[in-house]
Amino acid sequence: MSVPSNFDEFLDGIWKQNPIFVMVLGMCPTLAVTVSAVNAISMGLATTFVLGASCLLVSLLRHAIPKQVRIASYILIIATFVTVVDYAIQAISLDLYEALGAYIKLIVANCILLGRAEAHAAKNPPLPATFNAIGMGFGFTLGLFAIGCVREILGAGKLFGISLFGEHFQPWVVMVLPPGGFFVLAGWLIVFAAFEQYKSKRIQGVPS
Amino acid sequence: MSDTKEKQTSSFEMVRALGLVSVICGIIIVGIYQFTLPAADANRKLALERQVFKILPDAKNVVTYYATGKGIIAAQGHDKPPSDAVVFYAVYDSAKKLMGIAAEASSAGYADQVRVLYAYDPEKQVITGIGVISMRETPGIGDRILTDKAFLENFAALDVHLSADLQSLANAVKTVKHGTRSGLWQIDAISGATVTSKAVGRGINESAQALLPRLLPQLDKLRKAS
Repeated sequence: MSVPSNFDEFLDGIWKQNPIFVMVLGMCPTLAVTVSAVNAISMGLATTFVLGASCLLVSLLRHAIPKQVRIASYILIIATFVTVVDYAIQAISLDLYEALGAYIKLIVANCILLGRAEAHAAKNPPLPATFNAIGMGFGFTLGLFAIGCVREILGAGKLFGISLFGEHFQPWVVMVLPPGGFFVLAGWLIVFAAFEQYKSKRIQGVPS
Repeated sequence: MSDTKEKQTSSFEMVRALGLVSVICGIIIVGIYQFTLPAADANRKLALERQVFKILPDAKNVVTYYATGKGIIAAQGHDKPPSDAVVFYAVYDSAKKLMGIAAEASSAGYADQVRVLYAYDPEKQVITGIGVISMRETPGIGDRILTDKAFLENFAALDVHLSADLQSLANAVKTVKHGTRSGLWQIDAISGATVTSKAVGRGINESAQALLPRLLPQLDKLRKAS
């Protein structure tokens, strides 16, 4: 099958080309906002929305934008939807807005976005482009969530703000500090690499 | 080069494309701004009231004022404060009696600005409590200013009375090393979290020095309004 279905496009970002664990893109929010599961999911969904909306618009306008001015146009489109998310979060919850802080605005500079617009949306019709982008977004959310859970459990003894271990738990504070982000990310990368290695060995072992 | 074979893009086409993108983006941004403005404003008001209720639990009504060099004016009806204004909140109880004043103090902490809201009792000229609006201090270290009982005790009646000429505080509010507090205007720092403790003291001092000399002569105006 040469043309991937929309569902394949969607799955691409979640697993095969997971932006965090496979492509290792967008590390700034990955390390900065993953101190809790809720922050991680909110950041992931905000990025997913920006990805989906900007890739849809880029794809719709792909014939109208000459390649000489494409980067400027893509950045403008991405910045627009980041502004949309910024205002929307202010309207939904100020606590969340404070928790995510400058990182909402920094979605503009997330390389997953320009990467998707340039590598996929600019060359594909709106539907597959949007599916691919949303898949990437969910893959990103999943990655953030995986890191956020571990950091919140170890660093605060909680998950989704609910205390897990009772009064006597001594939080492992470094996990909610910046170094903890690096530790947990490294841990997950090791898990993914080990899994890939196991898979490729198994494929080699099967007689064809 | 393959470029020479392709259709040449004229300058007009490039400008037109950028113009088109800008117009679309402009409409989206302005649309979402107008659409979310009421909800965002309501959220901000709610957040402020929640902060005020934390330090003045019996509060019923919160009114925003600006203290300027020429006097105090109610914020309602003004889009933005005059350039030299200090924002403060007059807090009334259910009997519409002035309970106290709340104002924001802000100063650089260890990681970022530490913003606290303090309650001021104009009758006794003391600060009666503080609450944190926002901070990014180290969990378990700097953020103890939220929970450390001994530290919060400093603000049960922190002396900020004005000097005889009503131009400044009689004693500047100052954070001192843990265990060396000697006056009611001093704040005993948390041992191990001195930077954050000092930020709180510095912020309150700056805010009180700017606000209280303007506020105190106008108190009657606030007592009547409610």
